[in-house]
Amino acid sequence: MKPINPMTLTLFLLAVLTIGGCQTTNSADPSGNLYEQLGKRSGIADIVEDLLYLIVEDDRINDHFAGIDVKEFHTNLTDQLCNVSGGPCTYTGRNMRESHADMNITDTEFNALAENLILAMEENGVPSSAQNRLIERLVPMYPDIRNL
Amino acid sequence: MRLLALTIVAGCLTLPAVASADVGSRLWATGGVTSIEGSAGGGLSPWALLNGYASDEEWGGTVTLSRAVTDDYSLDVTGAGLTWQNRVELTFARQTLDLDSLVFPLSNAGLDEDELTQDIWGLKLRLIGDVLYSPWGQWSAGFQYKKNREYAVPEFVQSQDETGTDFYASGSKLFFAAIAGRNLLVNGTVRATKANQGGLLGFGGDKNDSYEAMAEGSVSLFLTRQWLVGVEYRQKPDNLGFAKEEDWWDVFIAWVPDRRVSVTAAYVDLGEVADIADLGNQKGAYLSVQASF
Ligand code: HEM
Repeated sequence: MKPINPMTLTLFLLAVLTIGGCQTTNSADPSGNLYEQLGKRSGIADIVEDLLYLIVEDDRINDHFAGIDVKEFHTNLTDQLCNVSGGPCTYTGRNMRESHADMNITDTEFNALAENLILAMEENGVPSSAQNRLIERLVPMYPDIRNL
Repeated sequence: MRLLALTIVAGCLTLPAVASADVGSRLWATGGVTSIEGSAGGGLSPWALLNGYASDEEWGGTVTLSRAVTDDYSLDVTGAGLTWQNRVELTFARQTLDLDSLVFPLSNAGLDEDELTQDIWGLKLRLIGDVLYSPWGQWSAGFQYKKNREYAVPEFVQSQDETGTDFYASGSKLFFAAIAGRNLLVNGTVRATKANQGGLLGFGGDKNDSYEAMAEGSVSLFLTRQWLVGVEYRQKPDNLGFAKEEDWWDVFIAWVPDRRVSVTAAYVDLGEVADIADLGNQKGAYLSVQASF
């Protein structure tokens, strides 16, 4: 086996990281940008709708959602994601600890929901950099949602 | 009887669906891959992540085949691991290093071995935190109990023991959208060890026979959620007088199409390994295929 030249690989890796670096500075991420990449409020509403379909199919978590007011949940979650991503929406639902405390949500269930959200964003063609940025802003809610 | 037949048919029909749903709930690639010592990690070093995808209500596991081919040696590893509730990871790995390039000098010394081989049992405990959700990351501690299956060569080069245990502590943290909106995974490990070449040349030596702390680390970037590129470094002790032992490093690319499989390819530099015949630095390719259940 002929070994790969380490120089070539170092250059390749540097290139990958540098390209990454340049993009960061270009898209210096004003919050409005993320909101637009999610497709504004109507794009977010579509993502939340697809998320709901995925939740209903998902035996790991669908019990929790049995009997909820779907329309209200859809409106509130859409407003929340719109607001969190820097859009012009006001969230009028309850706070995260209050609305989730009684459910004793486990790590497994939290992961399941995170997975479904990512899949819903993928279905709606959200670029992975925007997905990651939205999740970055939701992760601080983890202790509230799990009521830790 | 009809009922029994129906049950069996139904069982067969549902089996594949159940099997695929059974892969745990943690998000893609959060089990890392299988290191050459069996523990979840990168290729050369354990990470704080536990193998497979078991979340807090689940079981999970992995089986892995890996091969590194350097200028003069080849290392084969078969590994398996089980994780309980993202809390405890139990692993086993068997390593076999082929010594073809050394057979002649070894036989001159009256040794007719053509391989070095050892078994490694590993236990890792997640102490605190979650790699994705905790601001301070995920922290784990573990040990690797290693036993040489053939001890003639290690003994000949003045290794002091055919078994040894490495103890380590690791921290892993994913930074969301860190570079160009891409996620960055950082791992650090400190290992107390007496192992020579990871243990393949036994434990302790004529030059040093006490535990030393070694630093290991890696940085990797998720290009997408399926592709990960990174670099890894592992500091090594230098216990044997017959040849200098050097640090290891690699650059890798891993492909995680879904939870069930991952493929990792790397360029590895193992430094000079057991260089009694002027073989020079051992550089080459590494390939690892892992299945999770
Ligand atoms: C980052 C993750 C999460 C976010 C951002 C989030 C957000 C929300 C929001 C905005 C609401 C509406 C609250 C209201 O109407 O007052 C809600 C309700 C709800 N959430 Fe979550 N949630 C998350 C995780 C979870 C998880 C993991 C589960 C369970 C598996 C879950 C189950 C529910 C249920 C069942 C409701 C409806 C409660 C009700 O109407 O009584 N959520 N969530």
